Amino acid sequence: MKALRKFLDKQKPHFKPGGKFEKLESSFDAFETFLFVPNTVTHSGAHIRDAIDMKRTMIFVVLAVVPTLLFGMWNVGYEHYLSFGQHPDVLTNFLYGLGKVLPIIIVSYGVGLGIEFLFAQIRHHEVNEGYLVTGILIPLIVPPDIPLWELAIAVAFAVIFAKEVFGGTGMNVFNPALTARAFLFFAYPGNMSGEKVWIADKLDSFSGATPLGQAMIGNFHNFPSPHDMFFGFIPGSVGETSTFLILIGGLFLLITGIASWRIMLSVFAGGLLMGFIFNLWGANQYMELPAWEHMIMGGFAFGAVFMATDPVTSAQTTKGKYYYGFLIGMLAILIRVFNPAYPEGMMLAILLMNVFAPLIDHIIVKSNIKKRLKRAKVVLAE
Amino acid sequence: MLTVFNIKKGLDIRLLGDAEKTISGLDSRLFGIKPTDFIGCFPKMLVKEGDEVKAGSPLFFDKYREEILFTSPVSGKITTIRRGAKRKLLEVIIESDKKHESLDFGTSNPVNTDREAIIDKLLKSGLWPAIRQRPYSVIANPKDEPKAIFIPAFDSSPLAPDFDLMVHGQGETFQAGLDVLAKLTTGKIFLNVHAEKTKSKVFLNAKKVEINHFRGPHPSGNVSVHISRLSPINKGELVWYVYPQDILAIGRLFLTGKHDTSRLVALTGSETKHPRYFKTFTGASVVNMVKDNVETGDLRYISGNVLTGDKIDNSGFVGFYHTQVTVIPEGNYYELFGWALPGFGKFSVSHTYPAFLNHSKKYRLDTNLHGGERAYVMTGMFEKVFPFDIYPLQLIKAILVEDIDLMENLGIYEIDSEDFALCEVIDTSKTEIQEIVRNGLELMRKEMS
Repeated sequence: MKALRKFLDKQKPHFKPGGKFEKLESSFDAFETFLFVPNTVTHSGAHIRDAIDMKRTMIFVVLAVVPTLLFGMWNVGYEHYLSFGQHPDVLTNFLYGLGKVLPIIIVSYGVGLGIEFLFAQIRHHEVNEGYLVTGILIPLIVPPDIPLWELAIAVAFAVIFAKEVFGGTGMNVFNPALTARAFLFFAYPGNMSGEKVWIADKLDSFSGATPLGQAMIGNFHNFPSPHDMFFGFIPGSVGETSTFLILIGGLFLLITGIASWRIMLSVFAGGLLMGFIFNLWGANQYMELPAWEHMIMGGFAFGAVFMATDPVTSAQTTKGKYYYGFLIGMLAILIRVFNPAYPEGMMLAILLMNVFAPLIDHIIVKSNIKKRLKRAKVVLAE
Repeated sequence: MLTVFNIKKGLDIRLLGDAEKTISGLDSRLFGIKPTDFIGCFPKMLVKEGDEVKAGSPLFFDKYREEILFTSPVSGKITTIRRGAKRKLLEVIIESDKKHESLDFGTSNPVNTDREAIIDKLLKSGLWPAIRQRPYSVIANPKDEPKAIFIPAFDSSPLAPDFDLMVHGQGETFQAGLDVLAKLTTGKIFLNVHAEKTKSKVFLNAKKVEINHFRGPHPSGNVSVHISRLSPINKGELVWYVYPQDILAIGRLFLTGKHDTSRLVALTGSETKHPRYFKTFTGASVVNMVKDNVETGDLRYISGNVLTGDKIDNSGFVGFYHTQVTVIPEGNYYELFGWALPGFGKFSVSHTYPAFLNHSKKYRLDTNLHGGERAYVMTGMFEKVFPFDIYPLQLIKAILVEDIDLMENLGIYEIDSEDFALCEVIDTSKTEIQEIVRNGLELMRKEMS
C-alpha cells in the first residue's frame, strides 16, 4: 500500500497543470481517488464529516443489482437452450449468458465512461461516479442479442444528450439509462420489440414472446405461470425478469437508505390501483388480468426499484416523491393496457414523470411559500 | 400545563472527550479579541500597540455603527494588533497585568433605569455585542426594538458545555441581567431550557421570562429552533438573542459597575487528556488549557464545537461567542479503498456503514472529508436532520443562484448557517453548506440595508 501511495505521489506532478500529462488530470484524479480516499481535511464549516461519499453511495446501488445481473446471465443461457428443447446444467447456462452479457457491459462502461472522462477533462472537473450505476443498469434493460454498435450509439447519445449537455451528474432531467433504452427502442425497433429478440439466438420455430407481448395480442392461454414470472424463468431484457431478486436488491437499497422507500412503495401502489380499476372495468381480457400480475411482468418491478428511485431525476421533496411514484405506477399500467404500439409502459411512464418531477416539486414548494406568506399576513393584520 | 417542544428531527453525534464537571482556574497571560467574530463589523482601531488598557477600555468600534464599542476583557497592555491580507484586522492581543482592574461604569438598579440609559451603558461597557439579532446573526442595532428576546439555556451540540454549571450560584446576578433585557423589549423574553437536563434553579426560577421546555437531538438547543416554535420570524421582524454567561456579565455590570466577563470555558474533545472547565474571561488564550493536556499528533484546535467552531492554533484565542474549545485529530491521511471496505468503526448516519447498528458508541472523529466534492445527487437526507418547515436543499440552491426573492420566500430569515451544520456533516456531495448559507445571509443583509 505504501509503495503504491509513493508511486502515485511521484506521478502526481506530471498530471498537474504544467505537467506533461496535464490533459489527463481528471483521469488521474479518478484513478487516484478510486484507489485512495483523499487526504483532504475540512477547511470551513463543520470540522467532522460523515464517512459516506458519492463512491460509497453508487457502489451500493451496483451491489444491489448484482443478484439480478447474475441471474439474468443464467436466464439468457436457460432460455436459449430451452428454445432448442435442451436443459443443460447451471454452469453451461450461466457461461452462455456470460458470453452474451459481458460484451454488453464492456461496451456500456467503455463508451459511457470514456465520454464521462472526456467531459470531466474539458470542464476541469472530477469524474463523477454517477455512470458507475448507469453503466450497469443499461445492460440489464436491453435484450441479450442487442447489436453492440447500436448499444454504443445509444450509450453515447444518452450520456451526451441526457446528461452532459445539462451539466453532468446531478443536473440531468432524464434518467440516462432509460434514455439509452428509449433511443434504442425508437431508433432500432426491430431489435428492441416483437417476439424474436428476447431470447439469444433462439430456434426460429420457438415462440420467444414475453408475457407482455402475449398479453398484447390477447394470447393468454399459454401465459407463463405466476411462479415463473415472479422468479424470472421467462424471456425478457437481461435483468428485468426475476421480480424476486429485484425485490431483494430493493430491500438492500431500502435498508441502506440509498433509495427512497416512498417512491418504491408508491410506484407499486399506483400500479396496483390502476390494475384494480381495469379489473373492475373489465372491457377486455387484458383488463381482466389480475392487478398483481402486472407487478411481476415486464420491467415494472425493475423500473420501480432501480429506475424510478434515481434521486436526480425523481421528485426531490418528500411529499412530491409520493405523487411522482404513484403517477409512474398508474401511467405504466395505463400505457401497457391501452397503447397497442408499446407493450411495455414502464420506460415511457418514468421518462414522462422525469419531465414532470420538477413541476411536482414546484407545486409542493409553492405551498410552503404560501404558508409562510400567510403567517406574515396574519401578523400584519394583528 | 407544561408544554414540552419535542424536536424529532436532528442528530446527536456522540464524541469522546466530554468535559468533566470540575472547574480549574486558568492562568492566561494573553487575551485576544477577534473582529472576525462579529459578522459585518468593519473595525476602526482606537488603541495602538503599547497602550495601557483596563477592563472595559474601548479597543475598536464598528465603522458603520460607531456607537458599538468593543472593549478589553482585562487590564494590561496591548501587545499586538495582528492584521492579515489587505490589512484585515485579525486579532487585538492584550497582555493581562493580572490585576483585572476595570473602568467604573457606575452601579444602577436596572428596574429603575430607563431604556436609553441602559442601552448607553451596555454600549459604553462593550457588552452590547453580546446581544445579537435574527435574521443574519449580526450584533443587534441599538436603535431597533425586537419583538422578543431569546435565551438558549442549554446547548445540544456535540460535547456541549453544561450551562447549568456556568450559572451555578449566580441567581441574583442572572436575574439582574434579565431585568436589563426586560427593558429592551416590550415583547416577551423566552428562556428555553432542556425538559430533563436543565436542573439549575437559576434558570427555572428566573423571573420576567417565559420558560419553555425543549427536548430532542441536536439542533434542539439552537436558537433558531426555539424561535421557529415560539415566535417565527416574518419578513421585517427582528428577534434578539443572548447567551447566559453574557447575561451574567450584564448583570455584574449593573450590580458592581465593573466590566467583568468572567466565564467558564469547557475544554473538550478526544485528544484532551483531562477535559474540564476553566474559569477565565472573554477571549482567553487556549495555550495554558492545552499545554501538557493534549495527546501527541497532528491536532485540530477549535474554538467552539466541532460543528460550527473556528479553527485556531494551539496558542489561539477563544472566540467572543464561544464557551468551548475542542481538540480532535487532523485527518490528513490517505485510505486505500476506504470507500469500498466495510468500514467498521467509521461514523456515518447512512446505513452504508455498520455504524447504524450501534447507537451508543462514542467516536474519536478526525477532520478528514472522506471524499471529494460533487454536485447534489442524493435527496431527502437533509430533511432528516433539519427540524424546520423549510426545504433545505431548495434553499441552498436558491442561495447558489442568488435568487433574492426565492431565498426570502423559502425562509432564509428564519435560519442561520449553524442550523445547516448537520446537513453539511452528512452531505454525500461534501459541499461547504454553512459557507453557502452564510454567503446567502450576507447577500440578503446587504440587499435589504
